[in-house]
Amino acid sequence: MANNIDAVPVKLTAKDFSSGQDVRWCPGCGDYSILAQVQRSFPEINIPKEKIVWISGIGCSSRFTYYMNTYGFHSIHGRATAIATGVKIARADLSVWVATGDGDLMSIGGNHFIHTCRKNVDIKILLFNNEIYGLTKGQYSPTSAKGLVTKTSPYGSVDYPFNPLSLALGAGASFVARTADTEAKHMQEMIKRAAEHKGTAFVEIFQNCVIFNDGVFDPITGKENKANNMLMLKHGEPMLFGKDNKKGIKLDGLKPVVINLEDGKNSINDVWVHDEKDTSHGRAFILAHLADEPGMPSPFGVIRQEFKPTYDEGVERQIAHVTEKKGAGSLEKLLFSGNTWEVN
Amino acid sequence: MAQETEKEILDLKEVTIRFAGDSGDGMQLTGSQFSDTTALMGNDLGTLPDYPAEIRAPAGTLYGVSGFQVHFSSRNIHTPGDTPDVLVAMNPAALRKNLVDLKRDGIIIVNTDSFDAKNLKLANYDKNPLEDDSLAGYKVYSVPITTLTSTALKDSGLSIKDINRCKNFFALGLMYWLYNRPLEPTLSWLNSKFKDKPEILKANETVLKTGYYFGDTTEIFENRYTVEPAKLKKGTYRNISGNEATALGFVVASMKSGLPLFLGSYPITPATDILQYLASYKNFGVKTFQAEDEIAGITAAIGAAFSGSLAITTTSGPGVALKTEAIGLGVMTELPLVIINVQRGGPSTGLPTKTEQADLLQAMYGRNGEAPIPVLAAATPSDCFYMAIEASRIAIKYMTPVMLLTDGYIGNGTEPWRIPHANEIADFPVKFVTEAEGFAPYSRDKNLARPWVRPGTPGLEHRIGGLEKANITGNVNYDPSNHDFMVKLREQKIQNVKNDIPDLTVQGNTEGELLVLGWGGTYGAIKEAVDKATSKGIIVSQAHLRYIHPMPKNTKEVLSKFKKILIPEINLGQLAKIIRSEFLVDVLQYNLVRGLPFRSSDIENQIVEILGGKNGK
Repeated sequence: MANNIDAVPVKLTAKDFSSGQDVRWCPGCGDYSILAQVQRSFPEINIPKEKIVWISGIGCSSRFTYYMNTYGFHSIHGRATAIATGVKIARADLSVWVATGDGDLMSIGGNHFIHTCRKNVDIKILLFNNEIYGLTKGQYSPTSAKGLVTKTSPYGSVDYPFNPLSLALGAGASFVARTADTEAKHMQEMIKRAAEHKGTAFVEIFQNCVIFNDGVFDPITGKENKANNMLMLKHGEPMLFGKDNKKGIKLDGLKPVVINLEDGKNSINDVWVHDEKDTSHGRAFILAHLADEPGMPSPFGVIRQEFKPTYDEGVERQIAHVTEKKGAGSLEKLLFSGNTWEVN
Repeated sequence: MAQETEKEILDLKEVTIRFAGDSGDGMQLTGSQFSDTTALMGNDLGTLPDYPAEIRAPAGTLYGVSGFQVHFSSRNIHTPGDTPDVLVAMNPAALRKNLVDLKRDGIIIVNTDSFDAKNLKLANYDKNPLEDDSLAGYKVYSVPITTLTSTALKDSGLSIKDINRCKNFFALGLMYWLYNRPLEPTLSWLNSKFKDKPEILKANETVLKTGYYFGDTTEIFENRYTVEPAKLKKGTYRNISGNEATALGFVVASMKSGLPLFLGSYPITPATDILQYLASYKNFGVKTFQAEDEIAGITAAIGAAFSGSLAITTTSGPGVALKTEAIGLGVMTELPLVIINVQRGGPSTGLPTKTEQADLLQAMYGRNGEAPIPVLAAATPSDCFYMAIEASRIAIKYMTPVMLLTDGYIGNGTEPWRIPHANEIADFPVKFVTEAEGFAPYSRDKNLARPWVRPGTPGLEHRIGGLEKANITGNVNYDPSNHDFMVKLREQKIQNVKNDIPDLTVQGNTEGELLVLGWGGTYGAIKEAVDKATSKGIIVSQAHLRYIHPMPKNTKEVLSKFKKILIPEINLGQLAKIIRSEFLVDVLQYNLVRGLPFRSSDIENQIVEILGGKNGK
C-alpha cells in the first residue's frame, strides 16, 4: 500500500460498505452508479472500513456519506475539503475521502479546493460534476456551459465555466483523473488508482442529473457518441479513439490535432503517447483543454500523476524531527521557561 | 567610563512610564525590555502596548506613533496605569499625541535631535514646544539621543540607518539608570537575539551602556528613583502576556486530557501570537494548521475534533463572523471545540490593534437557529492560562463548542504570573467509546453529552452531520416533535455546565448599596477603582464574571443583595442587556468605547457619583 494505513485482515464485499440507510436520490440519478462503483471497488483497496472516513459538504452528492458504512461527516456547504484536511492532519492513519459536487467544490468551496491541492494533503476528492445545482432545483453552476438556460439564467447563463481538470492541475493536485457515471469499470479503476495515490487525488466524474440537466453529457458519453468523443487515456499507450480506434491525437507543436490512421498519410507512430507521469506541466493542460476545440474528443483516465511528499507527512516529520532534537516536551520546563524570578 | 555618582535615590511606591516614538523606532521592544527587567526586580506591573495598525507609517506622522506603557509598583497593582508619570518622546509627534495623558507635573524626556522643522510640521507644531513655554509645569529633559548614539557608534562601521536603529537602546539605558534597574537582563537578551550578528550585538550593547552612563555623568538629572519589590505571594514568577498564557493553557489542557492539540487558524491581529507560540511547541505534539482562511481554520479544527483531537481555533471578531456557520455545525454535531476571540475594536475591520469588549453578544447569539454554547471570558493576562484549560475541559466534558473571550489589552498586556507546577493542575482524561455493544452516536450521559468515538475504532462506524438528528440514533430526522426535543436538549446540556463551575465571588461586603459587576479584561481597572474608593472610606463591592454563559448558579442571589449594580463595559452595554433579560433586574451602565482599557479613575468617579456622597452607607 502506498498509504501508511494498515491492511485489512479479512476480505470485505460491496455489501459491507452499505450503511443500510434508504438511498434518496432521484430514480435514474448518476449518483447511484457512483455509489455502486465505490462500494464495489472499496473491498479491493484493502483498507479496513473503520479506517475510512467520508466527508461531504452540501448538495445531492454530499448525501453520499450517509450511505457508506464507514465513518462519515456530512458537513456544511463548500467546507468538505477543509474538514477532510483537518481529519488527515490529525490522523495520518485514516483514509480520507471527499464526496462533492460542482457547486460545493468549485463555487462556495473553491478556495479550500485549490489550497488543498496546493498543499498536497493526502485526501481523495470525487467530484460529482452534473453542471447544475440540483438540490436547490436547477440553477446554473460554475461548470455549466455558457448559455445554459436555467431558473436563474432564463435568457442563458453569461458565465464562462470552470474546466475542473485544468483548475486542479493549476492548483497543483498531484493526481488528476476523469471518468463518467456511465463507465462502471473505468470508474472503479479510477477510484482504485486514487486510493493508491499518496497525495491530493482529484477525480472528476461526469454525472447525469436526470431532472435538471438530463443528457448534458450525452454528446460525449452517449452510446452512439462515445467512440468518437471519449478519449480513453492509458499510460504509455498512443491516444486512439473512434470506431475501431482508427483516429488518433497528434501533437503538432503545442497544438493537438486529430489524425486518421487510414488515410495513408499518418501512421501509429505519429500518435501522441500518453505519459501520465510527465514531469512538465504543459501537456497535462493541453489534455485538460483538448475538447475546447470543436471536433476534439474529451479525455478520460489519469491525466497526470506526480509523486511528492504530502502535507500531512510534512507535519508529522517536523514534529518527529523537533522532538528528536529537543526531546519530548516537559510541561514543567515549558511553564518555568523564559525569565523567571523567585519571591520568598 | 564615568564613575557611578552620588545622586540621591528617591524611593517611589509606583511609577507609570510611557515610551513613545515612530512605529519604526522600536518602542514596543524598549517597553517590553523595561517591563521584563522590572518584573525580574520583583515589582508588580501591568503593561499596555498601543501601536498603530500600519507596520511602518510614514516617519514623523501623528498616526504613526507607537506607544508602550508600563506601570510598576512595590504593591499589588492591576492596571497599566491611568496617567503616565514619565513620557519618553522620541519625536514631536510622539510628544503631541501623548502629552494629553501625562500627569500635570510629569517628567518628559525628549530626543531633541528629532525636533527639526520637518518633524515639527508633521506633528502640527507651529513653534518648537521645547523653545516656548508650552511645556511649563512639566519637568523636561532634553537629550540629543540621535547625536549621542551616532557619536558612540562612529567607529562601529555600521551604516547611518543601522546606527539610527540603535537609538531606542540609548533611551532604554537612560531609563534603566533613572529608575535604578540593572542592564544584565537586556544584555543577556541581546546576546541570544544577535548571536549571529556580532556587529549589531556590539552596537546595541554600546548604546545601551552609553544611555545608562549618560544619566550618570550629565548634570541635568537631580535624582534617581527606585521602586522596591512588591510583596507578592511566595513562588516562582514570570512576566506573561495573555496570548502567551492562552497558548500555554492549551498545551497544558492537551497534556491533562491526554489529547493531541490541533490548532486551525488564520493570522489576524491581535490573535496571531497564539498561533505563533503554538507553532513552536512541536515537541509537545502540537499540530498547527495555518489555513487559507478563517473558515478553513475552524472547519479543519472540527475535522480534527471529529478524529479525536483537542481542537481549537484562534481569531478576533471579524474572524468569528466568518466562522459562525461552522460553530453552528459544531453545535449540531456536538463536537468539542474551543474558539478563542481576542477581541479588538469593531465593527468591520474597525481598530485592529486596539482593545474592545463588543463581541459578547456575537459570542452569545451570533449564529443561525438556537445554537447555545458556553461563553467564558478571561479577566487578566495570566487568567487566560486558566480559562484556556477551563474552556477545553468544558468542551470535552459536554461535547460542545466553547467560546473563550479575551481582548487585545490582556492579550498583548503583561503581568507577573506566579507559575503553577504542572502537577497542581488536575487531569481530565478523556474516555473514547470503544465498545460496539449498545453504541448509539446520539445517546446521552448524565450531563447530556453524547459519546465521542475515534474513527478507526472497529464496529463503531457512524455518520454525523449538520442536518437535525434523531435523539439516540443520530439518524437524519425532520420530525417536528424531534426537532423541538433536540433544540431543548441542546439548550439543557449547556445549562448543565452551571453545575460544573465555581460560584460568583464578591470582593467586599456581600450586600449593600453598590456592586460593580464586570467581565473580561476590565477586571484590573475595576479592582483598582474599587480598592481606591474603599481606601477612601467608600463602601462598594466588586464581582467579576468569567463564566458568562451559563452564569454561576448564585449570580441572581449575589445581585439581589445590592441596591444598585454598576456594569462598566467597553461596549454599549452588552452584559447589561444580558443581566437585565436574564434576571429582570435593572443595572447602571458605564460605557466608554475608545479602543483603550478603562482608566480606574473613570470607574472610581462613577462609583462616587452613584453613591452621591453617601459613601455607600
